[in-house]
Amino acid sequence: MNSVIQFWRFVAGSARVVARGSVGYYAWIALLGVLIVVGSFAYANQLQNGLSTTNMRDQISWGFYIGNFAFLVGVAAAAVILVIPAYVYQWGPIKEVVLLGEIMAVSAIIMCMLFVSIDVGRPDRLWHLFPVVGNPHFPHSLLVWDILVLNAYFAINYFVVTYLVFKGYTGQRYNAAFIMPVIFLSIPLAVSIHTVTAFLFMGLKARPFWNSAILAPRFLASAFCSGPALLVLIFQILRSVRPIKISDEALRKIGELLAYAMAANLFFLACEVFRDFYSASASAHTIHAEFQWFGLEEHGIAGYTWLALACNSIAFAIFLVPSLRNRLRVLSAGCVLAIVGVFTEKGLGLLLPGLTPDALGEVYRYAPSANEILVGAGVWGIGALCFTLMSKVAIAITLGELRYRPR
Amino acid sequence: MNPDDPDAPKLDAKGASRRKFLRTAVAGAAALTGVGAATGMEFDVEAMFQGHFRELSREDLDRVLERLAKKYSARYAKDVKVSATGPIDGVVFGYGLDISRCIGCRKCVYACVDENNQSRDPQIQWIRVLEFEREKVMRGINLEDGNPYYDHEEVPAPDKVYLPVACQHCDDSPCTQVCPTGATWMEPDGIVVIDYDWCIGCRYCMAACPYGARKFNWAEPNLPAEDVNPNMHLLGNRPRGKGVVEKCSFCIQRVRDGRYPACLEACPVGARKFGNLLDPKSEIRQLLATKRTFVLKAELETHPKFFYFWG
Repeated sequence: MNSVIQFWRFVAGSARVVARGSVGYYAWIALLGVLIVVGSFAYANQLQNGLSTTNMRDQISWGFYIGNFAFLVGVAAAAVILVIPAYVYQWGPIKEVVLLGEIMAVSAIIMCMLFVSIDVGRPDRLWHLFPVVGNPHFPHSLLVWDILVLNAYFAINYFVVTYLVFKGYTGQRYNAAFIMPVIFLSIPLAVSIHTVTAFLFMGLKARPFWNSAILAPRFLASAFCSGPALLVLIFQILRSVRPIKISDEALRKIGELLAYAMAANLFFLACEVFRDFYSASASAHTIHAEFQWFGLEEHGIAGYTWLALACNSIAFAIFLVPSLRNRLRVLSAGCVLAIVGVFTEKGLGLLLPGLTPDALGEVYRYAPSANEILVGAGVWGIGALCFTLMSKVAIAITLGELRYRPR
Repeated sequence: MNPDDPDAPKLDAKGASRRKFLRTAVAGAAALTGVGAATGMEFDVEAMFQGHFRELSREDLDRVLERLAKKYSARYAKDVKVSATGPIDGVVFGYGLDISRCIGCRKCVYACVDENNQSRDPQIQWIRVLEFEREKVMRGINLEDGNPYYDHEEVPAPDKVYLPVACQHCDDSPCTQVCPTGATWMEPDGIVVIDYDWCIGCRYCMAACPYGARKFNWAEPNLPAEDVNPNMHLLGNRPRGKGVVEKCSFCIQRVRDGRYPACLEACPVGARKFGNLLDPKSEIRQLLATKRTFVLKAELETHPKFFYFWG
């Protein structure tokens, strides 16, 4: 009973914490609010008029939404790269930042689920996917697998975050024997969400560009670039606005990890490119790679592809050279480049060559519509709001500003 | 499963409990209909909580058919009949297309639109005719060389070859494999069908289809009442709604009644053949035995039941 009361006061206290803040905090929340409201109106327009409000058509049947989904699954999975060193090897400097990493995972998963939901034509029928009341096509459909692992990963991370934060609130030490196995379980689950998401594309023999065995490793490698890079930037913002202890050493360690991840990412890309162009005529894969790197019928995403490669290569150089990555400004620039590079390469950079030319050989031109971008911006607004509110509570508890006091 | 078959397997416990849940849900939500009517929105509670086609009991299915017939008759001011005629024992349908005869007139495309109640605006067509340079095709069909947007005063244009493509009704269909709600499946007579009431519109099947056969309703389909074909099948040509996927059903509403598909009847040069693959004396089997037939993208091993041949 006592803990129920404690939990209730924890919730009430959290609400007070998120309601109060600096002018900058209110401005940020207001900005996100505007994004969410505008996105909601755009989504209402989409519901009213159908997905014709997007620029997707039968030839390019997945676009901006699913591209964002693939990117964000990676961001969510990347929390694990911080969990492994922090808990498994008891690596000091990173441990303090794991909580925020898991909060980011939770926020990213929420965005993933929203991006899939806004992409379907009949969101009112999503219950058809649920067991018992619906008819999930399990184990045949990888989409059902993906929904399963995403939900499991969300539940586990949300539980871990809540547990650790609540224990901090009550001032109790967390029960390691209880929570450690759960944290360990999140490691294979993080790998699984991104593997299953890659399988979703890989399993399609109709799309030779995706039907490549290296797609899942590529997904993981690029995830381990974008996720931690995003965290490095967020940590620096957070420690400039709140007196939390995130050492430069921890950020540099993450920078070092990023060097390994980006090396793998670029290597896997090189493997694909070699296969595509060396054995060109032998592979139906090649025409999609031509579209990707050079364009077909005066249309292509070559600029996009080369931009991603340039961003990732420069970022790699920064992460690799200690004298560069140890300067935080340079490291941050590298992180921005890595995020732009991975978002480009893994979002539309993955979707469009997979679907172009289409199954009957047509080269269809696609770029997201304004409405599509606004709906997507709304989802990002919701994700950022979740992260902001959750991290505000977590930080307040870490700093001892919010603490349980028996009456 | 044949819904007309009195010996059809009994519902499993899962199906039964689901129906029970659905009934409760319908009762609970019925109160909302008043709200729907008041706001002028079409809010069909029964449709909203309808079970999966393959788990409907005979009585539930009859209710659905009756409800739909009433709804469409009112909407289009026509006497609409909606059937769910099941497959015929010992029949698996197959299609043959003679590329050397096809002149690319697209009569099949428009006959299909008329028969199957496709949206006129935005335009949805289940058959896509690709035009190739004869010389190129002779070295093997490469779909990237095909042009679906050809527009000539007269067809066939000189030195061109035409390849109409629609759903290939694959025996190992990737679309049915990936569907997350089991809203599309292959019937015992080999027809790949869609339950438009179960499709959630995720378009995974469209990504999975190697033949571009599946079309999505990006906007509310527009079907003028005077163009409606009132002879409808639940899994075929009944009007679809916004946000779901549709495709060729081999004219399920015709072929299960022993008629030919509309595209075959419309073809002015007799390039299209259709019949029972299990009957050794059928025309389609004769073609398979005597002509050099091929299927599209054979290397994918989807095993289409749509065969092309050079006559």
